[in-house]
Amino acid sequence: MSSADLTSERDLPPEREASAKGDVAPERDGPRDTGMDDASLHRWLTRTWRTPPGIIGALSSVDHKVIARRYLVTAFLFLCLGGLNAVAMRIQLSGPQRGLIGPDLYNQLFTMHGVTMMFLFAVPIVQATGIYLVPLMVGTRNIAFPRLNAFSYWVYVSGGLFAWVSFALSMAPDVGWFAYVPLSGPEYGPGKRADVWAQMITYTEVSSLAVAVATIVTVFKQRAPGMSLDKIPLYVWSLLVTSFVVVFAMPAVMITSTFLILDRLVGTHIFNPAEGGDALLFQHLFWFFGHPEVYIIFLPATGMVSAIIPAFARRPVFGHLGLVLSLIAVGFLSFGLWVHHMFATGLPKLGASFFTASSMMIAIPNGVQIFCWLATLWDGRPVIRTPLLFVFGFFFIFVIGGLTGVMLASVPLDLQVHDTYFVVAHFHYVLIGGAVFPLLGAAYFWFPKITGRMMSERLGRWHFWLALIGFNAAFFPMHIVGLWGMPRRVYTYPAELGWGNINLFISAGAVLFFLSFVLFAFNLVHSALKGAPAGDNPWDAGTLEWATSSPPPSYNFARIPVVTNVEPLWAEREALPVATGLRVDARELIISTVAEAHPDIREKSATPSIWPLLAAISVGGTFLYSIFTPWAIVWGAAPIAVTLIGWFWPKGDPEDEE
Amino acid sequence: MNQRPAMDISGLPTFGHGPRSPTWWGTLGFMALEGTGFALAAGAYLYLATLWPNWRLSAPQPNHWPGTIVTLLLIVSLVPNHMLNRYAKECAIGPVRIGMVVMSLLGVAPLIVRWFEFPALNIYWDTNAYGSMLWVLLGLHTTHLITDVGDTIVLTVLMFTHHGYSGRRFGDVGDNVFYWDFVVLTWIPIYLLIYWIPRLG
Ligand code: HEM
Ligand SMILES: [Cu+2]
Repeated sequence: MSSADLTSERDLPPEREASAKGDVAPERDGPRDTGMDDASLHRWLTRTWRTPPGIIGALSSVDHKVIARRYLVTAFLFLCLGGLNAVAMRIQLSGPQRGLIGPDLYNQLFTMHGVTMMFLFAVPIVQATGIYLVPLMVGTRNIAFPRLNAFSYWVYVSGGLFAWVSFALSMAPDVGWFAYVPLSGPEYGPGKRADVWAQMITYTEVSSLAVAVATIVTVFKQRAPGMSLDKIPLYVWSLLVTSFVVVFAMPAVMITSTFLILDRLVGTHIFNPAEGGDALLFQHLFWFFGHPEVYIIFLPATGMVSAIIPAFARRPVFGHLGLVLSLIAVGFLSFGLWVHHMFATGLPKLGASFFTASSMMIAIPNGVQIFCWLATLWDGRPVIRTPLLFVFGFFFIFVIGGLTGVMLASVPLDLQVHDTYFVVAHFHYVLIGGAVFPLLGAAYFWFPKITGRMMSERLGRWHFWLALIGFNAAFFPMHIVGLWGMPRRVYTYPAELGWGNINLFISAGAVLFFLSFVLFAFNLVHSALKGAPAGDNPWDAGTLEWATSSPPPSYNFARIPVVTNVEPLWAEREALPVATGLRVDARELIISTVAEAHPDIREKSATPSIWPLLAAISVGGTFLYSIFTPWAIVWGAAPIAVTLIGWFWPKGDPEDEE
Repeated sequence: MNQRPAMDISGLPTFGHGPRSPTWWGTLGFMALEGTGFALAAGAYLYLATLWPNWRLSAPQPNHWPGTIVTLLLIVSLVPNHMLNRYAKECAIGPVRIGMVVMSLLGVAPLIVRWFEFPALNIYWDTNAYGSMLWVLLGLHTTHLITDVGDTIVLTVLMFTHHGYSGRRFGDVGDNVFYWDFVVLTWIPIYLLIYWIPRLG
């Protein structure tokens, strides 16, 4: 590059106060989309934004839709694996003293089930849905920090593989999904199993945190012009709040697992009461993350409900502001509740009462949300389609889960049923009712956008009823057997207790519920291949993701929409107002101001790169190796540094230079 | 769906400093989560310190001098750091290059002193929980320091190549300044926690 290029700048630098003595950074220019006809615009943008062909190209992709699709498929596979764990457990428990599965394998099974469901299915799948939808809903062309997003996926899959390969080698963690010390500590947890838990947790949470930061910045800075705070779709709000909860909660579990591995590996005494440490400290740190975790899963689900209901009630949601405020309130309150998981540890009375009160308080914003949804349906003309059915299923199941939750928030009752199947029933009502049912509804709702084809409505209804009946048959009786005193995490029980029949019934329900997922999987595959073409906006919904084709092109929108309403497509039925003036030969998108979403900068979005994958491999290798020796951190530092430099070093594209 | 042009954004600049840029917000996000990690580690230390009446568990006092020197170095480094920020905003490549070199050196200096800080704690990580927590706190901040210094050095080299003279790079320099402030800021409470809080009681 000669210095002549450097002086060919077009615009002045943005800083108005830039003093005269400093020179001005150069800017090069390229063709713009202003006045360009649709066909050439499409040709330019396709060339600029496509994922390169071939294997290396696929591994280098930074398209948020490609990454999100991978996330969704992977998370679904982990759901199936976790579900198979559950079915195996239920077969063993279907009668007294069955000898199919011994205690050691059973311990690994429930731990893998819990870990897989929480860390490899629930959190990744809600984040993945956000990775796909948030950029489309805010009207931008890619997520913020696309390479970080790609990196997060590689970290996530490799972390999941690591856990499951350990399981195949009978090296899986066997200490429960929350791995309490002292059981998981150096004294009682010999072998590598608890180390696998600790490193796998720390490692996969890196990926959640990365996605959370990318999501926050996308929502803050990449909203389409005009999408001021009051026009952000509720689903996007829910992901924003969730991402904040992730940012403040996930470090707690990383600290917990890091302390644990230090105690185990290099002989620190943080959780060792004999040397001035404390075992309860583990529980505090873990639940400081663990309770918000439930809301990390639940909040996006409420966002999905808030997106589905207006589309089928045929009116904007009732109480938009109230819903936003409740989301934020739930986000805050979720941090005030962790101690209710520790009532059985003998905390001071007053402290316990405080946490009881705040556990009950969270019912208020949740109540507001339910009220707004019902009011929307009441006042609208609801069209009952499969997504809405799953929303009804969510209402029904979640209310029961909430009721048993309020029961558990009272200390005397909690002490009575602590560690029984009553608790297992409660949290499956909350997790499956509160998150899995809305997710299934969301799958039917957004599948047409992702694939361009509709899912079968008939199979969808079968799926819904099978899931609802199977779920309740499996989990409702667990309340009863829990009140009878059946403890959780036991691999069998004696015949004299008389728990045989009800457990057989539960297992049958579990199999039925599992079959509903098989039906769902069939519907997914069948509809992806043979479903009716969907068109851009099959539900006539109002948010921006429906303004583009299904599936969306690599660049999402040919021109960035200008937003005038919360439901922009309902407000502008004839023609969508759009912004013009972006470059078409480089990956340009609009950066806007945080509150008002005034367009502010034309920024370049990162190009595809293989380095995020290589960085994930070097970080993952370091984590794996660190199970065996702390020196791994030293040896791993060099490859990590090299791959990160490769990632950030400019390669001469306009996206890197300007 | 049909479209109608409603806004012309062709005149917008291609980069911005500070809160205008997404990278700044990303940096802030990472600070928030790292800050939470620090706060929790500090909380764990205080939790144990209040739990055990004989805290420090009859370990000897740490020698605060290496830590104090690190603190002074870090505070002094804030001055050139903010001068650098101003040059980056002015897109002044010459002074920015010099500033980056200075900041790289001022990053390496506390790391060297840090090497002597660990033995000055006068306890090992596996002696008791007090020792463990000191090493954890100091280790956390050292990791932080090493990564940021590494980052600064790479960016310094970059500024001397032909890639350096571009708006995007000046933005990167601004974010590097911002992050260094955070590294300094997180050290202060840890410094007090390790060397001075235990002397109070
Ligand atoms: C096919 C559906 C499912 C069935 C049949 C099922 C069944 C079970 C059973 C029987 C247990 C108790 C094991 C024991 O204590 O001995 C359990 C534990 C658990 N389940 Fe599920 N579950 C299912 C889906 C889910 C989902 C979707 C999630 C989360 C999103 C989940 C999260 C958990 C957790 C966290 C535990 C506690 C594990 C532990 O004790 O460490 N489950 N499940
Ligand atoms: Cu909780």
